[in-house]
Amino acid sequence: MATTQVKYSSQAVSRLYFMGAIALFVGQIVFGVALGLQYLIGDLLFPAIPFNIARMVHTNLLIVWLLMGFMGAAYYMIPEEAETELYSPKLAIILFWTFLVAGALTILGYLLVPYATLAAATGNDVLATMGREFLEQPLPTKLGIVVVALGFLFNVSMTVLKGRKTAITMVLLMGLWGLALLFLFSFVNPSNLVRDKMYWWFVVHLWVEGVWELILGAILAFLLVKTTGVDREIIDKWLYLIITFALITGILGTGHHFYFIGLPGYWQWIGSIFSALEPIPFFMMTLFAFNMVQRRKREHPNQAAMLWTVGCAVMGFLGAGLWGFIHTLSPVNYYTHGSQITAAHGHLAFYGAYVMVVIAMISYAMPILRGREANPQRAQNVEMWSFWIMTIGMAVMVLALTGAGILQIWLQRIPTEGAMGFMQTQDQLRFFYWLRLAGGVGFLIGLLTWLASFFVTAGEDEPQGQLARA
Amino acid sequence: MSRGFTAQAARNIFYGGTVFFSLLFAVIVFDTEQRTPQRSNASELTPAVVRGKHIWETRNCIGCHTLLGEGAYFAPELGNVYTRRGPDFIKAWMKSQPTGAPGRRQMPNFHLNDQQLDDLTEFLKWTSKINTENWPPNVEG
Repeated sequence: MATTQVKYSSQAVSRLYFMGAIALFVGQIVFGVALGLQYLIGDLLFPAIPFNIARMVHTNLLIVWLLMGFMGAAYYMIPEEAETELYSPKLAIILFWTFLVAGALTILGYLLVPYATLAAATGNDVLATMGREFLEQPLPTKLGIVVVALGFLFNVSMTVLKGRKTAITMVLLMGLWGLALLFLFSFVNPSNLVRDKMYWWFVVHLWVEGVWELILGAILAFLLVKTTGVDREIIDKWLYLIITFALITGILGTGHHFYFIGLPGYWQWIGSIFSALEPIPFFMMTLFAFNMVQRRKREHPNQAAMLWTVGCAVMGFLGAGLWGFIHTLSPVNYYTHGSQITAAHGHLAFYGAYVMVVIAMISYAMPILRGREANPQRAQNVEMWSFWIMTIGMAVMVLALTGAGILQIWLQRIPTEGAMGFMQTQDQLRFFYWLRLAGGVGFLIGLLTWLASFFVTAGEDEPQGQLARA
Repeated sequence: MSRGFTAQAARNIFYGGTVFFSLLFAVIVFDTEQRTPQRSNASELTPAVVRGKHIWETRNCIGCHTLLGEGAYFAPELGNVYTRRGPDFIKAWMKSQPTGAPGRRQMPNFHLNDQQLDDLTEFLKWTSKINTENWPPNVEG
């Protein structure tokens, strides 16, 4: 029974990042379930952990673990693509622990200190950046993110500079540099709320509907190169076309957030037209994945990783593409803006596009990092079960939130006279919130199943690891 | 994708398209900046409003509420709360939290003093006058 090793020993640092990402992922989902419960039992955990604190932990953990996953993916992919060892594995390890400790301290700060005290103690009176959705981190944490990002980018860029430059690494690097540069807008907080909101979207929108799509595309392309053996020329062409559509629709698509926050009315035209085209790159990703798998030149033994890869392409399209499209046109968004429809879209888009691509990468790379090309069949079977449990759990959540959103709009938004108030409306949505909670618990079970798959060993009649069958 | 269409060609379209649309975006944002003072009544952006925004941020209000439709969906929209409820209600409400009603959603008491409550109310008043293209559809937000 032969084993498979990573091609470059420095790729091993990615394992640390993947394990960190998974640990924070679990935390994110536990807080997510708590939030789902608070929607139903309003005073649950109050005043120890009020909703706003739990939500901040939920969303911040998501961002941090996805960033950690992207970094792990880059540390795995870049040496292999550049055909050289990582510039400094030691720096990668130091930055990992810095990031993890800073992240943990930030979360503890949220949970243990009143937010206003935390703000006062961390220099928010000098440079106010806190208290804006997703950018709630104290100033030292934001500065720490910049330092970690710069160190990381230095490390991977130097690696690429001394090695082979492929389309995949160039696109990945552009995505990661764009991510870091756009984060600088998190330090921009004008006292005029309208301007504050506009620049806030330069981080939030231009991340998830802009440069993150470059990272997503590069990871998908890498996984498809490795698992299907299709020619790079073909994969590169697809990759460039996908990211071209991502940015030419996504940049002006920012306008779909500018409809009702005080910016000029012409954004309703710009935002509607360009964001209506935003599903195109996601649809192309679906076509790309299926096409490459159809044309595959080998049978890769890691079927679980293939399932996550193709699943990501499909769910990314449904969540980011379709669920985005249903409320992106300004006359529709006039009623859906800030409703549970937004929550439905946000959950499916993040899961389908970014959570699944990181899981796909981990699923592909982790067995190799553990010295085998693929996990034993029994472990893969458990992992494929986890794929379906998580995905169906998420689907239940999203359908429930969509139902809640439609009813909310019907009761609270559409009537011009005698519309129902916010809290009264919330009482009418309880059935959907129970359903959402059930989906969330299902998702947690799926996640735990995935974790369990890491510990499943081979059956008696099966070798411990798998070799390529081709 | 015909045979003549290479990965290099696709890459060049990507660079060209990205640069073009980034510049176009920058130009439109520049125009938007010119119009923002008037649309947001920037002349009424008093020091009290600025202090009120700081209170809004440092109490993480956005973690439960929406403001102009952005934020969390756990508690009511506050962009138009000044119109819906008026200043006295807002201050009385803040002081009387939490309600402690069993099973109901609870809002923390932030122990704001009278000056801070005035500032926050000024911020919400200023916010309610932003030209939001008639959003929300009705006063319930």
